[in-house]
Amino acid sequence: MSLAVLQRAKELLGDTIKSTHSYRGDDTLVVDAAAIVEVMRLLKDEVGMDFLVDLTCVDYLGREPRFEVVYHLRSMKTGERLRVKAPLDEPEDGSNPALDSVVPLWAGANWFEREVWDLYGIRFHNHPDLRRILMYEEFVGHPLRKDYPKERRQPLVRRDPNE
Amino acid sequence: MAEAKKLVLGVQEPEDQSEYDREFSDDDELPTEPMTLNMGPSHPAMHGTVRIILTVEGETVKSGDVQVGYLHRCFEKEAEHATWTQVFPYTDRLNYVSPMLNNVGYALAVEKLLGVVERIPERAQYIRVIVGELSRITDHLTATAAGAMELGAMTIFFWCIKGREWIYELLEELSGARLTHSYVRVGGVAYDLTPNFADKVQALFPKLEKILKDVGDTTLELSFFRDRMDGTGVISRERAIQYGWTGPALRSTGIPYDVRKDHPYLVYDRFDFEVPVGSKGDNFDRFIVRIEEIRQSMKILAQAFAQIAPGKVVLDDPRIILPPKQEVYNSIEGMIGHFKLIVDGIKVPPGEVYSYTEGGNGELGFYIVSDGTGRPYKCRVRPPCFCIVSALPELIKDRPLADIVPTFDMMNMIGGECDR
Amino acid sequence: MGLEFYTSKLADAVNWARKYSLFQYPFVTACCGMEFMALWGPKYDVARFGAEFPRFSPRQADLLIIVGTITERQGPILRRIYEQMCEPKWTIAFGVCASTGGFYQNYSTMPGADQCIPIDVYIPGCPPRPEQVLDGLIMLQDKIQNGQGFVQRREKREHDAGKNKLKVLP
Ligand code: SF4
Repeated sequence: MSLAVLQRAKELLGDTIKSTHSYRGDDTLVVDAAAIVEVMRLLKDEVGMDFLVDLTCVDYLGREPRFEVVYHLRSMKTGERLRVKAPLDEPEDGSNPALDSVVPLWAGANWFEREVWDLYGIRFHNHPDLRRILMYEEFVGHPLRKDYPKERRQPLVRRDPNE
Repeated sequence: MAEAKKLVLGVQEPEDQSEYDREFSDDDELPTEPMTLNMGPSHPAMHGTVRIILTVEGETVKSGDVQVGYLHRCFEKEAEHATWTQVFPYTDRLNYVSPMLNNVGYALAVEKLLGVVERIPERAQYIRVIVGELSRITDHLTATAAGAMELGAMTIFFWCIKGREWIYELLEELSGARLTHSYVRVGGVAYDLTPNFADKVQALFPKLEKILKDVGDTTLELSFFRDRMDGTGVISRERAIQYGWTGPALRSTGIPYDVRKDHPYLVYDRFDFEVPVGSKGDNFDRFIVRIEEIRQSMKILAQAFAQIAPGKVVLDDPRIILPPKQEVYNSIEGMIGHFKLIVDGIKVPPGEVYSYTEGGNGELGFYIVSDGTGRPYKCRVRPPCFCIVSALPELIKDRPLADIVPTFDMMNMIGGECDR
Repeated sequence: MGLEFYTSKLADAVNWARKYSLFQYPFVTACCGMEFMALWGPKYDVARFGAEFPRFSPRQADLLIIVGTITERQGPILRRIYEQMCEPKWTIAFGVCASTGGFYQNYSTMPGADQCIPIDVYIPGCPPRPEQVLDGLIMLQDKIQNGQGFVQRREKREHDAGKNKLKVLP
């Protein structure tokens, strides 16, 4: 839609941007995950992208890097939209991949980040309250990862068959 | 016989009598201490399954931990295992109060990725607007009904449910199902409008208008209703944007953001309608904005019926649309085309798009990723009421306990959409 | 004849009274709730069957209607609510989700509420039409009249086995 946003973002952010593209009218920035909070702050304050529309994650199993955290932004003034993606690899030691939380910038990111942690197992540093949100605490694993089978249930209660 | 421990019932006299002898003055408040209360997940005054762990001091809520997720039905995981067309029934059950709007939103997302949005026949676009607006009316009627019922205004509930029933009947006539329509398809809609549909819908308008007037008259004067709605659950514009609010809830704060106006899709740019906004951002504003939006929807419907022209209702593209049944049974090409589309699904080019429409509760976005096969690689919904409910802890903090119910109601949390 | 005759007639009368005064506890979770509202509404009016009065405390209800999808996370809650209800009690699974899980077969949904509590009447449909629900309600009333409810049968078994001597009613 608006190359202007991409242009402004490129000038402002310089090296932290890995690549940009536009497809079917959606502008996308791919940025370095380590610098995500800095990037978001600049986008919010300098470029005017002040509305966090959505925050989610995609699991590209078998591809390097495996995860991509996806942010959708909108400017309340001009109505321009922008997608920011932060690729994230699984650490070698098997721990959960992690990046910084954007809750200080948008309060609405709180639940979104909890959801991503719950379903994809991505940690957010500095998140005020990183708990599971959609699944229960007893649940083991992160169900939206591509290697979690669809029908593996973890029941909490079952009826006694001789009741 | 050893003396058994005496069971003492009732109030025990304190050992220290001086507490009784103390003089009480007027500004002596009864001491309170924090208490933890559990509300939900199956609570009479809350539609939708949500659990709130409250810490209260007297009547004041000190903190609330809102727990959603009791209706997590794995929309995304199910969608990843279904073909693009098979996702429609799941979208019905996202915001089950306005299924058509979800259908339309999802269809537009897939069409955007296919790159055929511009080629959708005009009649199909009008039909989508019509069914979408009818759905919006049912959504707002239900929100009003449930909200009023939970404050005890049962009559309003019955009026609104009656109005909703008329629309359900029309939509059933159109799609075959009362609630879960699955009427929209990628590339158009399933069938054309039934004969006289326009007349039947327009015959409803005076009746609906009467309901709206009655509801408005009653609530404006109902003092208990006003007491509980006015000035409760107030949110400022800045906080609403911080939390990602959209839809009627955001408009109640005075920000006129409506996807239909700001980013017109389908044929919304051809209609003349207004975006009602509130001023204070409290519960009553949210209530009244919804009622006014029903009127605006009726206005759009009237214009849509005036403008709609005969024509095709699906795209003319055998890679997307099933061949007519006539061909399926009588020609080998038709048969193979049908088989391929059903078994393999529509081939959507690899890529990702985010497409957004105005749902019942606000901006309903679909972020879909395709890897070029007939099934979505990822199909994410941006749930409007998830963001709205995430502000609930802040809105009920330091407010009386009784404010929780109206605040929660006017957020119109729909479990299917919030927890997906 | 004798005592047997009178107790069985008395049981009939009691069951007749029970079937027309069902106090329901709606456990509404999902989309089926919309049809459940319609059932209450002016057109279908479940009051005609003596079952219109929702009690929002399980302790006062004798009919548990499970309306909508039950997820694994809700299982313990549903079980707790069922156990809180006083006997005799009956249950209806409203919609395919509550009956079998419907088309949600995945890690989070329970394949039917009968995985954790016994169910007397299953009403299929996604969502069931209000007419179907009324039909299901009539079926339940027949079941109650004939003493075929899950709890009623258990009581009968226990009675026949010599437990529960005090209870005259099967
Ligand atoms: S049976 Fe259908 S309508 Fe009812 S809760 Fe399940 S999905 Fe929703």
